[in-house]
Amino acid sequence: MPHLDFDVAHTLAGLLVLVSFMMLYQDRLYALLRVLALHAFVLACAVAWQARIQDAPGLYVTAAIALGFKAILVPWALHRIVVRLGIHREIETVVGIGVTMLAGMFLVALSLEVMLPVTAHANPVAREDIALALSVVLIGLLIMVTRRNAVSQVVGFLSLENGVDLAAAGAQGMPLVVELSVAFSVLIAFIVIGIFLFRIRERFDTVDLQALDRFRGERR
Amino acid sequence: MLTLLIPLIAAALLAAIPNYRLSANLNVLASLLSFLSAIVLLFSRPPDNQYLLIDDLNIVFILLNTFIGFTTSVFSASYIAHELETGRLTPRYLRFYHAMFQLMLLGMNLALLANNIGLMWVAVELATLTTVVMVGIYRTHEAIEAAWKYFILGSVGIALALFGTILVYLAARPVVGEGMDAMVWTSLLAHARAFDPALLNIAFVFLLLGYGTKVGLAPMHAWLPDAHAEGPTPISAVLSGLLLNVALYALLRFKLLLAANPGAIAPGPLMIGLGLLSLIFAGFMLYRRRDIKRMFAYSSIEHMGIIVFAFGMAGPLGNFAGLLQMTMHSLTKSAIFFSVGHVAQVKGTQRIAEMGGLTETHPVLGWSLVASVLAIAGLPPFGVFTSEFLVVSSSFAREPLLAVLVVFGLLVSFGALLWRVTGVAFGEPRGPTGPVKASYLPIFAHLSLVLIAGIWLPGPLVAWFQHVAAMLG
Repeated sequence: MPHLDFDVAHTLAGLLVLVSFMMLYQDRLYALLRVLALHAFVLACAVAWQARIQDAPGLYVTAAIALGFKAILVPWALHRIVVRLGIHREIETVVGIGVTMLAGMFLVALSLEVMLPVTAHANPVAREDIALALSVVLIGLLIMVTRRNAVSQVVGFLSLENGVDLAAAGAQGMPLVVELSVAFSVLIAFIVIGIFLFRIRERFDTVDLQALDRFRGERR
Repeated sequence: MLTLLIPLIAAALLAAIPNYRLSANLNVLASLLSFLSAIVLLFSRPPDNQYLLIDDLNIVFILLNTFIGFTTSVFSASYIAHELETGRLTPRYLRFYHAMFQLMLLGMNLALLANNIGLMWVAVELATLTTVVMVGIYRTHEAIEAAWKYFILGSVGIALALFGTILVYLAARPVVGEGMDAMVWTSLLAHARAFDPALLNIAFVFLLLGYGTKVGLAPMHAWLPDAHAEGPTPISAVLSGLLLNVALYALLRFKLLLAANPGAIAPGPLMIGLGLLSLIFAGFMLYRRRDIKRMFAYSSIEHMGIIVFAFGMAGPLGNFAGLLQMTMHSLTKSAIFFSVGHVAQVKGTQRIAEMGGLTETHPVLGWSLVASVLAIAGLPPFGVFTSEFLVVSSSFAREPLLAVLVVFGLLVSFGALLWRVTGVAFGEPRGPTGPVKASYLPIFAHLSLVLIAGIWLPGPLVAWFQHVAAMLG
């Protein structure tokens, strides 16, 4: 049933973009972390579906990593860090939510416009997947630049990374996908541990990046 | 393969050895062995497989990488002894430091040896992670801030590079077929002619942004000065001398891929634009620096700009100039960081305003700093002059306007460097003037190599670089 294969893959990838948009308008940290978990869960479903239709058992491992590590462990760890650091629960944004949403829509349009023509000869499943994955990547970047708080920037990075994972899963028969996703998980673990270590050392009063910049200005 | 095994084993050993003197020596030994094994690779090349590859291009990078890794380990041994005395590092951190040092060399060598775009990506990531940890090792506010900034910007760069890598695979899949072969350099290059050019173009944009962040090209350079200034000085030397080259190597490989495809955009103009921007921007930024390591970090951005410009101009002469400039920059910049490291230890600060009269109080150190700054600023008789002259003259012949911009950028940074170094080296001695336990050997080794290259380039080396330059197209 190639139609069903395509429709489900397309729906799941589209859902991932939708969840990315949900991240854009969250102004509470806890809610944002819950959306992050949802994001990774949708990714896990999308990757598992790709594993099924491509008959690539290796991708199930990637899906399992997405589910266990990214959808459960990382949001939980970040949640604990937020509690223990006493970080502001509200997210300071650089520009208003409305502008950010419009920019997000623009980015999705841009990535469809860029990717669909160049992948005209590719398999339709891979083609839609890559275009939507690029949207997720760009929205992840948008989250990173419009947030001041370090934890929400990390969340932006994680959603960006989910987009790259989706692209890797969609590229049919790509070798090393499992290895790459493991390597990426190590990176994520480093980031999460990094935030945590800062707290243990009690070097920072805040993880607000603007405060860090001010601090360096003082030194000069 | 030995080049990879040695750092791996050494990293495991060093993580287990608590005695710092022993581990510093072991670090030197392991780095020396890696260098020797790289020399062996020069003469007897194992055949390529799906994961590893040795050809004329990467052997240049590997030799340079292992050599500077070795000299840096010698410098590091004397540097950390002082850090222990002043209590900035504890023995426990040192154990960690040495293990990370070897892991970092492993990551860089693996990235250079990889015959597989996926493996190369993983190796660059490994090198990034280990350097992030090293940059933050002092655990001061500034160090953690620098590490964090480097981490976030580096991770975004790496994520974009992976996206580009996936796109390259997608472009290759219809031609090479599914599976591992579509990620192997040698087979990619053989089939590049038939790839979909549009997809390859987009892939290159992502790769340029991603790996370009790691090269330190101008709009994506923000991590570089902080990471250089706040980490231990041996790491600054390795970052400038090696890690930037590794990222550059990745870019060059992908550029080859594009060059082999007639329908793809020419990568040259993009690289020329970014290179010039980095060169001129960094040249002006040099004037406002008050921290000596931060200043030389900007000088690295400037030089990476020149190198990327030269490779962007391409042609046998442009590539030759780029290769030579890269080699000379790595040698000179690490020599500068070696001497700056000792200077900062004597003075107890990195602020330029609190240093002065170095040639009077510490003649050897002071003069070697002066000599290496003159070298990096591009004065004859040093090798950087030769390569910069080649860059300028080769571009004058083809694009005079661009050459004028390069000369302008060079002059701007030349002025800044000389102005700053006269303040540090001459005049009234300022700041503490205590004795220094420096290891001059690495500094002198690098400087004399640069000097020899400036006066007389050995014939075989020229032939070798010409061959590589022709290969780069």
